[in-house]
Amino acid sequence: MTPPQRPATGEARAVSHSAHLPRFTSVSAPLPPFQRFLDTHRDEVWRFLVASVGPSDADDCFQETFISALDAYPRLRADSNLRAWVLTIAHRKALDAHRGGARRALPVAEVAEVADGSTTSGPRRRAGRAAHANATAGPPPGALRDDGLWDAVHGLPPRQRSAVLLRYVGDLPHRDIARAIGCSEDAARRSLHEGLTKLREVVIA
Amino acid sequence: MKDIEQMLRDGALSTPVHEEEARAMQAAQAFNARVTREGLADIAYGVVDSPFGTLTAAATDEGLVRLAFPEEPLDEVLDRLAAKLSPRIVEAPTRLERVRRELDEYFSGARRDFDVPLDRVLMSAFAKRVLAATSAIPYGSVSTYTEMATAAGSPRGSRAAGNALGSNPIPVIVPCHRVLRTGGNLGGYGGGLDRKRWLLELEGALTPEL
Repeated sequence: MTPPQRPATGEARAVSHSAHLPRFTSVSAPLPPFQRFLDTHRDEVWRFLVASVGPSDADDCFQETFISALDAYPRLRADSNLRAWVLTIAHRKALDAHRGGARRALPVAEVAEVADGSTTSGPRRRAGRAAHANATAGPPPGALRDDGLWDAVHGLPPRQRSAVLLRYVGDLPHRDIARAIGCSEDAARRSLHEGLTKLREVVIA
Repeated sequence: MKDIEQMLRDGALSTPVHEEEARAMQAAQAFNARVTREGLADIAYGVVDSPFGTLTAAATDEGLVRLAFPEEPLDEVLDRLAAKLSPRIVEAPTRLERVRRELDEYFSGARRDFDVPLDRVLMSAFAKRVLAATSAIPYGSVSTYTEMATAAGSPRGSRAAGNALGSNPIPVIVPCHRVLRTGGNLGGYGGGLDRKRWLLELEGALTPEL
């Protein structure tokens, strides 16, 4: 009971048979069905969001992340790094949440701009953090979780906080962190280093 | 005191894994419910229990686009749909409720014709003509590959008609099991000849001793 063959199918077949080809060829497997993409990445997206915005906002951010992903999915290049892609979306939704209770949908360009810590004004940042603190009213008890460190991470400037979360919760390499934040790889490396340095000062003090 | 970097690596920002996985699953279920409710996916799929085992059913906004027998791995069915139609495929069992009900009624002998809307997008132009003729064969009757080819406009194309029937994306509901070889030989069936015989016996088109 094989469905009828179309030219597109022939292509898809050829593609799947060429899985042994070296990675640098332009041939790539087609995108997986969205449900499989969701099943594969839901745990890490959830974990990333709980660490980024706290458990009470994580659910909203999770829904927004995958709704946006579903919307953009067919336009995605088949050879994209799906994990880095979805964590980038999650990171942007987390920024939206950080910026206060007003859960308005932000154009991607604006989010990218806000993600750049240098363009965010101090008072606004503090206001966002205050709103965030109210919303999350204490993280849940966890065997691994260190609440002091969590608070310290959330006290970092946005770009450093993003870099730390994307690196240690999202487990992304510097290149993907740079893409998610919208900066150069060197700048991402620097932000991560500055973030860690500040955490050492705060936590050890 | 442990180094900060080591603490971060050890999951200092995370709640215990088992707790998070249960909550991640709940969040994913809420997502599926919302996608189903708001009709955000291009293809919804779900499983349907049947006397043959578990069938996979997939529907677009137009209607049922695919019904797969248990031998076809779910992943392969979905991969083909993703490649041919759209990768925006989401599990949404409630969208298949009507298919499920009509199949239940059919398999219990309470339904002779299906009313569920179909999406014939996976059929080639020729297969569409062949399978349209097939859908016109009444419950309890049979026809031949030659007659289907003739109805599709190519009287000499019985072999091509056989191929079109063999690649029917919506078996049972588009009743390709009602097409036999001239002379009464059962011919072939994508789901296996035992099932073809079983369906024809259910419909009273074939007596069990044949």
